[in-house]
Amino acid sequence: MMSNQPKITPELVASHGLKPDEYQRILDLIGREPSFTELGIFSAMWNEHCSYKSSRKHLRGLPTKAPWVIQGPGENAGVIDIGDGQAVVFKMESHNHPSYIEPYQGATTGVGGILRDVFTMGARPIACLNALSFGDPSHPRTRHLVSGVVAGVGGYGNSFGVPTVGGQTRFHTRYDGNILVNAMAVGLAPADKIFYAAASGVDMPIVYLGSKTGRDGIHGATMASAEFDDASEEKRPTVQVGDPFAEKLLLEACLEIMAKGCVIAIQDMGAAGLTCSAVEMGAKGDLGVDLDLDKVPTRETGMSAYEMMLSESQERMLMVLKPEKEAEAEAIFRKWGLDFAVVGHTTPTRRFVVKHGGDVMADLPIKELGDEAPLYDRPFVDGARLPVIHARDVAAPCAPLAALTRLLATPDLCSKRWVWEQYDHVILGNTVQRPGGDAAVVRVEDGPKGLALTVDVTPRYCEADPFEGGKQAVAEAWRNITAVGGRPLAITDNLNFGNPERPEIMGQFVGCLRGISAACTALDFPVVSGNVSLYNETNGRGILPTPSIGGVGVLADFTQSATLAFKVEGEAILLIGDTHGWLGQSVYLRDICGREDGAPPPVDLATEKRNGDVVRGMIHAGTATAVHDLADGGLLVALAEMAIAGKIGATLDAAPDGLVPHAWWFGEDQARYLVTVPQSELLGVLTKLKAVGVPVSQIGVTGGDRLAIAGEGEVAVKDLDAAFERWLPEYMAGGAS
Amino acid sequence: MKSAILVFPGINRERDMARALKLVSGQEPAMVWHAETELPAGTDLVVVPGGFSYGDYLRCGAIAARAPVMDAVRAFAARGGLVLGVCNGFQILCESGLLPGVLMRNAGLKFICRDVHIRVERSDTPFTAGYNAGQVIRVPVAHGEGNYEADDETLKRIEGDGRVLYRYCAADGVVDAASNINGAAASIAGLLNEAGNVLGMMPHPENHVETIMGCTDGRGLFAGLVAHLDRAA
Repeated sequence: MMSNQPKITPELVASHGLKPDEYQRILDLIGREPSFTELGIFSAMWNEHCSYKSSRKHLRGLPTKAPWVIQGPGENAGVIDIGDGQAVVFKMESHNHPSYIEPYQGATTGVGGILRDVFTMGARPIACLNALSFGDPSHPRTRHLVSGVVAGVGGYGNSFGVPTVGGQTRFHTRYDGNILVNAMAVGLAPADKIFYAAASGVDMPIVYLGSKTGRDGIHGATMASAEFDDASEEKRPTVQVGDPFAEKLLLEACLEIMAKGCVIAIQDMGAAGLTCSAVEMGAKGDLGVDLDLDKVPTRETGMSAYEMMLSESQERMLMVLKPEKEAEAEAIFRKWGLDFAVVGHTTPTRRFVVKHGGDVMADLPIKELGDEAPLYDRPFVDGARLPVIHARDVAAPCAPLAALTRLLATPDLCSKRWVWEQYDHVILGNTVQRPGGDAAVVRVEDGPKGLALTVDVTPRYCEADPFEGGKQAVAEAWRNITAVGGRPLAITDNLNFGNPERPEIMGQFVGCLRGISAACTALDFPVVSGNVSLYNETNGRGILPTPSIGGVGVLADFTQSATLAFKVEGEAILLIGDTHGWLGQSVYLRDICGREDGAPPPVDLATEKRNGDVVRGMIHAGTATAVHDLADGGLLVALAEMAIAGKIGATLDAAPDGLVPHAWWFGEDQARYLVTVPQSELLGVLTKLKAVGVPVSQIGVTGGDRLAIAGEGEVAVKDLDAAFERWLPEYMAGGAS
Repeated sequence: MKSAILVFPGINRERDMARALKLVSGQEPAMVWHAETELPAGTDLVVVPGGFSYGDYLRCGAIAARAPVMDAVRAFAARGGLVLGVCNGFQILCESGLLPGVLMRNAGLKFICRDVHIRVERSDTPFTAGYNAGQVIRVPVAHGEGNYEADDETLKRIEGDGRVLYRYCAADGVVDAASNINGAAASIAGLLNEAGNVLGMMPHPENHVETIMGCTDGRGLFAGLVAHLDRAA
């Protein structure tokens, strides 16, 4: 039936990323040797990226339910109810491997892919965030990668027309060979008009929409499921090219035909393109799918079935339409200048049949393609526990204000203005809190509701103690939403790890997931969508475990959101939460003392909840005039950020007796916030917090143009600001590293 | 005020503009598709909004400038109708010949999104009637190609005619190199045509019209247009 097809050899199987036992599984499943096209389809469906074969077992343990969850993991994106008939649709996804090879295009298609996931479900995207991890600044590729990735993230979002409102950018030598580009998109939809992937009805037309299919991105998902080596540069052809203009048209056309009631099911073509989308629609609907590749719009002639099935050309969708609405839908797509082609239909056979040039190129059982993918229970070991570092055993290399000025100009703590000023963060006119705060706040339509959005993780904590690090990532997202006055609702997790075939990496994965689960449960903050990216390794050296947590919260009234900037002079500065002076794994210990060492700060989830609920209450009651959560860099860095943002100084008491001063100023104990209150409210607030058992102490007063510490001298806020803003632009201009 | 907002494929600030116009004028603007050959009857103001028309894959604004609706806009402008182009709209107006000059890649070669200060050079035009001459307003920019250039003779004529309505400046109104964010000739942020009825500008007044946006300095531009048209009516 088929001519000129390559012979299936063990080498060909191996080059598809399939292990011998996995190939045997294919033989057992279909009872014959697969065709070349079928082998390609299996490799696309059974790679790590699409099948979650190493992670599935452990992902099942995540808490995914709450009364406000409309759709948990398993669809294109998660969906939560925010009341008034409105739903928020969101997800975060990685585009790590492509971004290292081709930073601009890798980043653009990462943003494009996640936006598509969101509007596929019927939501109009209203905000994007991202988490970027780069190698050491001194690594020869780092500057080039930062420049390309940031331009790419901006290039796509700016043109598509969605504000990029927040994120993280970090540097660490462990990302030298594998950067991380995690993109999150958030959309808004009517709660009763969410669209899903499951096809229904036999003989329904399957329609191909969007851009034409080319040879780009073939085996992209397979590449993303393998380690890098010195020849990775040669994988450039597997990176796709993004076209935000086409995506903007696709968005408008999709929302228009959805509004007209034309759509039964819809699935975007992301990883593994046509293969994955067609199989998912059929399998989820318990139906078969017949595809006729002669109908697929192609960008170039002579494409084989194999190439069409594995292409990852961007800005494409597959839909099952209501047959009576086909003409109406086609007219809408033509108006937007997009391709529209009926490429197949649903069948009752539960087979996935692909025809090309009159030949049957593939005929496979559709449900087994997904359900029977290998599932591994990979061995894992817990890493050695690192000792707790006692502050009294750490000598202070310099005075606290000198250390502060240095810390503000370090790669991880410095201002990321250079990054976010390349992102349009004001388009749509709903950005209430721009980048640079604890969480971004966007107005929902005409208000008064708002959303609080953040992305968080502290990879060095996860490396030192995966369980505590996993907890901390969730707790920090929850805290950042709380610090702007939001009620945390749900998260999306983007789990970036090394090679799962190594037990110590699998141990990190399992440990982080346990920590995430514990925190989600305790904080009532379920996981509704996510993505796993494994094999972030080069020549056997893995990244820091990096489970990025994207959090979404709601504000009943966005005008009640708090910001971190000091507002007026003469207000009391309160520290809420307990401070023991935890220096292990702190930025201070690493960047000032030169030790990346020790156990990370433990996270007490009950304390997190208690302290956070109190702070949120103060914001809603109007007693808190500025709020900031304490994270990397600890107390003094947080104070400096508040002063810089408000252009107002502060006078601070000396470190309390019994605490080593630098541990007080720079320790990274969790569950803490800084809050300013007017003097007239001070007594009331202190009394109230003490009554509910929340630790609180006044540590100073706002005012002046300097940050002054009793007995330690002072530093001008404008000098702190200059230090804060200096490092990244200088570095990118080719200076300091 | 009856306003019409042009919609080209790839335009993405049409909703922001519609919302601002509605907020200030009280009237919902008409959205006009690029393939139309006529403007709605009774249109007082045509707005070409921001975005990336046709992806800006050719020169910014070059394809949109040749869309069918632009013939109607040129005719409307020739009759003295008011036309406002913002960001990509400014680029489209230059490409369509309604304004002189061209917008080049930002001098720093990067996309810039931030609040900038611009100085209102005169208040006796429909596009600046809501401000005082010399007033400094704060509005956001969001563009990669906003570096205005024209030949020396054109620039001399523009300046001689007083057609620069908005100029990038420091917070205190001083026009200097440091505040010229994209390297534009003579720090030009907003430029009027010879007849005085077509304005192109890079900053986005429509994104600073409500308190939640952090600033309401952009309202004056729309309020001035409303007042001007009310007087004319």
